[in-house]
Amino acid sequence: MAAITLLEAIRQGLWEEMERDKDVFLLGEDIGVYGGAFKVTEGFIDKFGAERVIDTPISETAIVGAACGAAMMGMRPVAEMQFIDFISCCFDMLTNYAAKSRYRQGIGIPIVVRGPSGGGVHAGPFHSQNVESFFLNTPGLKMVEPSTPYDAKGLIKAAIRDDDPVLFFEHKLLYRNPKIKQEVPADDYIVPIGKAAVRREGKDLSVITYGAMVYTALDAAERLQQEGIDVEVIDLRTLQPFDREAVSETVKKTSKVIILHEATKTGGMAGELTAVINEEVFEYLDGPVTRVTSIDTPVPYAPPLEEFFLPQVDDLLKAARSLAAY
Amino acid sequence: MEPEKNLQLEMLFYMRLTRALEDRLDNLLKQGKVVGGLFRSLGQEATAVGSAMALDKKHEDVISPLTRDLGAMLVMGAKPREVFAQYLARGTSPARGRDQNLHFTDLKRGFIGTISPLGTMIAVMNGVVLAARMQGKKTVGMVYIGDGGTSTGAFHEAANFAAVQNLPLVIVAENNGYAYSTPTTKQMRILNLADRAKAYGIPSEIVDGNDVLAVYKSAERAVARSRDGGGPSLIEAKSFRMRGHAAHDNQSYVPKELLDQWRKRDPIGALEKTLKQQDTAIEAEIEKITERVETLLADDLKWADGQPLPRPEDADGEVYASEAAGVLTR
Repeated sequence: MAAITLLEAIRQGLWEEMERDKDVFLLGEDIGVYGGAFKVTEGFIDKFGAERVIDTPISETAIVGAACGAAMMGMRPVAEMQFIDFISCCFDMLTNYAAKSRYRQGIGIPIVVRGPSGGGVHAGPFHSQNVESFFLNTPGLKMVEPSTPYDAKGLIKAAIRDDDPVLFFEHKLLYRNPKIKQEVPADDYIVPIGKAAVRREGKDLSVITYGAMVYTALDAAERLQQEGIDVEVIDLRTLQPFDREAVSETVKKTSKVIILHEATKTGGMAGELTAVINEEVFEYLDGPVTRVTSIDTPVPYAPPLEEFFLPQVDDLLKAARSLAAY
Repeated sequence: MEPEKNLQLEMLFYMRLTRALEDRLDNLLKQGKVVGGLFRSLGQEATAVGSAMALDKKHEDVISPLTRDLGAMLVMGAKPREVFAQYLARGTSPARGRDQNLHFTDLKRGFIGTISPLGTMIAVMNGVVLAARMQGKKTVGMVYIGDGGTSTGAFHEAANFAAVQNLPLVIVAENNGYAYSTPTTKQMRILNLADRAKAYGIPSEIVDGNDVLAVYKSAERAVARSRDGGGPSLIEAKSFRMRGHAAHDNQSYVPKELLDQWRKRDPIGALEKTLKQQDTAIEAEIEKITERVETLLADDLKWADGQPLPRPEDADGEVYASEAAGVLTR
């Protein structure tokens, strides 16, 4: 069995779900004939036809609106955002329709809205964002971000089968990264939504992270090991609802925690995780819960600016040494 | 050819039911029992009733009405008791106190409650009829939008999407003169909402929204076209909002002459006049409708007023399908 990229894993997951369930269909911009801007859906239209692989106008509201309506009729739509940044164009549809439907009218909206997220590719302010904190404050949505091919395939399948709306973030830096290629099982499997993974066991300090930052954390952990600091790395995988148990467990184990993410700092996942740690496992802490994130600016374009903006291994090392010294 | 007399009497029943129901809601509001605002459709009953009457249950047709389309909801089978319970925020109302007025849904009966951001429901209805088509059904969707709502980005995106996908969707654009306090002249530079349809390459008609038969016939044409694969269309129903945006609004911004002029064109009075011209012995039938409306509303109001408010703790839960790992569980 050949090792596959994260992109190929998502592609396989979508393909197998469409084969398994005739109610699953795709819609988005340039996803059919062209196969998608990143070619995630290349070849799908030939296999499944234009009725199930719908090329749409540039209309994120219409795309997600159609997905919502179809979901109410028992379908399982998967909508692609060409870049996840454009999800802001259908904010109303997601936050006011999809997220509230079950609560206000007892009707679930089982849609997946997926797309490439994240920076590090010098794509500027509108093709580099991490959008999770826009939606973290909206009850009713789920959010997932895989960091490995195995998880990507298992989570996209779980997202499609989930009875609630799931936002599925695919870090574009990981799409074709050969270093993270993995063999994935040929058999049908899912990775459950809501469960974190321990990527590295450690006893001195925990880094809770997700997406491409998992690899930043693992790189830093190797360096810190040489300095005698044994780091545990937790990959959340699901951002909403996140795995409170796994968060509590690692805090209980190491008593020191850094939350690392690529999204900007204020009002982000790290703040929310800090609050939950404070509420649930405060007594176990031996140092301040520490945030390592991007700075509070739009994502800049020029390489030196973007590098400054994004959390780097060195930023994490600095924070970890300081926390470890407590 | 005019629709048969029984159909016209049914239209009259639903229009009278709409008005009488809203009259009672007005009273309940004055008694302090209505929770929140009351958005009346006074003067616009013909558009809601006439359009929805053109739909066919056999094909599982479905509407998404605005808050001022009570008549269309009733035609599709919403019960007055449900509407009362909604406005009274009772725990046994269709939305169980979680959402208000006409914001409730029953796909079996064929209505999907609106949400307050306008234009959104056209996009959602696109998905409903797209799915129905994929499922091999001949379902037609009918979605309502006001003059103000046609200015939204969602309206544009959804109308264009429906056109490109050739979806079986009828957009009923209700031009009632004002969006809250803003007249249509400040909403758009074009004269007619129907003119917007040209930009999407879809057919449109302009009808007198106070003439229930005209609305019905126009809707019938649009529904038939959609059913036969002819795609979406837009009907502009010209009418007038005879009350403020909601009960708190005395609509002081509306010229008195305009109200006087439209008052003479009351849609219910117009239909009764037509019926009487056709059949001088119709009085007895109309009297029966009055009795039917009164009995129904009295029973349903009694039921609704006796219903409990929701339990406070019912605010929590059912945000996710399974809240086992949910963030809201306390």
